[in-house]
Amino acid sequence: MASSYLLPHSQPNVHPTTASQPRQHHWSPYTENGGCILGIAGKDYVIIAGDTRSSEGYSINTRTARKVYDIGSGLILGVVGMSADGEELVRKVARKIDDYKRNHDKHITVAAAAVMLSRILYQKRFFPYYCQPLLGGLDEEGVGAIYSYDYVGSFEREQSRAYGAAASLITPFLDNQINFKNQFVPGSNGEEPRPKVDLSKEQVEKIVKDAFTSAVERHIEVGDGLQLVTIVKGVRAEGEEEDEDEREKTAGGGVISEVMSDLKKD
Amino acid sequence: MDALVSKYGGSDLDDLNILEEDEDEVTSSLPQSVSFILPPIDSPAKFLRAMTDDHTNPSAPIKLKHGTTTLAFKYQGGVIVCTDSRATQGSWIASQTVKKVIEINPYLLGTMAGGAADCQYWLTYLGMECRLHQLRHKRLISVAAASKILANLVYSYKGMGLSMGTMLTGVGHGGVFGLYYVDSDGNRVEGNLFCVGSGQTFAYGVLDRGYKWDLTDEEALELGRRSILAATHRDAYSGGYLNLYHIQKDGWVHHGFDDTNPVFWKQKLEKGEFQNVSTSLD
Repeated sequence: MASSYLLPHSQPNVHPTTASQPRQHHWSPYTENGGCILGIAGKDYVIIAGDTRSSEGYSINTRTARKVYDIGSGLILGVVGMSADGEELVRKVARKIDDYKRNHDKHITVAAAAVMLSRILYQKRFFPYYCQPLLGGLDEEGVGAIYSYDYVGSFEREQSRAYGAAASLITPFLDNQINFKNQFVPGSNGEEPRPKVDLSKEQVEKIVKDAFTSAVERHIEVGDGLQLVTIVKGVRAEGEEEDEDEREKTAGGGVISEVMSDLKKD
Repeated sequence: MDALVSKYGGSDLDDLNILEEDEDEVTSSLPQSVSFILPPIDSPAKFLRAMTDDHTNPSAPIKLKHGTTTLAFKYQGGVIVCTDSRATQGSWIASQTVKKVIEINPYLLGTMAGGAADCQYWLTYLGMECRLHQLRHKRLISVAAASKILANLVYSYKGMGLSMGTMLTGVGHGGVFGLYYVDSDGNRVEGNLFCVGSGQTFAYGVLDRGYKWDLTDEEALELGRRSILAATHRDAYSGGYLNLYHIQKDGWVHHGFDDTNPVFWKQKLEKGEFQNVSTSLD
């Protein structure tokens, strides 16, 4: 019975409509704010990108919404779905990562942070966060890692993952351009798969931009701006020696940078 | 569960304060400190059912990962465990690379069917309980005992909306092999052979045909692989990769995570199977 979703203290109100139809008031704590995020891990870098539109139905609430966050210890978190739940989740994860650093006097590894995030999501198994997170960081070998989650905390380390409104548009593009799915060496009669290659950060940034400009063209909830957050292994200026202090800042020695660019705003 | 519901599920506004306090509790360690946040309404279970998808409510806002074929069987040489690797949300293939065999410890495996998060979380939790048992009693836990911990645990949440159908298998102290089917309804059944998931009937068809106790290791591995292949072929909700394990006296051994497509064509072209499959139109 729908009456049991009511807020505390409220009676099972039945408001007659103009058509004298009984109308039940459901308790619906979730809204969908659209948008899309995309994460790709490379040999020595990670990228999580998100568009900056936030909408409700057909109205755009803002064109400058942040979806990818620096959560400390060289880790980044992208969230899409309901922005209120997303922001709450980011706040909570960031605080726990900070707690970890204070309690253990060291930075959390991506693998440990991945489990931590899973537990935070599962704690709300019976009242889930309405958002899908992507965690990015460099692992202890300095290799890029993307962890993808479902709403209640099942997770998997992956090479690439798109979440949100245009996930179904972007994922097939990623399968084709990053993982070379269903592509074979010419003349091998479909027996020898096209070999995987380690794409450079520059190549992947191009793929990410193409993915989003294409999604904007065909999805109303995606657009306005592109927030591209990157973690690279120990940055050095030309000719400069590797900075040990910089490397010490995170478990994988990653440095986070953010670039904003425009997407179509119609 | 009634205790949980009466604690959190009341309609007093005070309950909201309890929720806030409990929110940051550490959820690891022992059962009494495993606390879950519940929606501030009379019936959390009904709320969850309305918000998450299942066969009665496919258009719900929260789509959890589903769909599977998993199998495990005992034979003369131990236990074979094989699964597919596809996760679906409605008709969308959310992942083709899911690890549906959960490595609880070097002696125990659990398979994943139903809610991916429920299986991952509670089988990991079971791993912790098994380790504690080992430390307290100075010997490995039996599969019977481990499966009962899990069954009792999920039974305590009965009706709350957990969804898992798992086969718990492995080798306990004294080198005794065990295989139990445990699900979120509270069933716990011992057996020699189980298939679980949307593709279970297809896997059973092949497995029952080829099964005998005296299988060699090679035959057993091949039968496990072939049964899941049949399921990925006939069940649209199953597919991806064939994940194969063998449990021996001294623990489990992984035998590959192989793409189904080349395996299918090898089976068809080299062994003359799947003759029904034609590449030309009628």
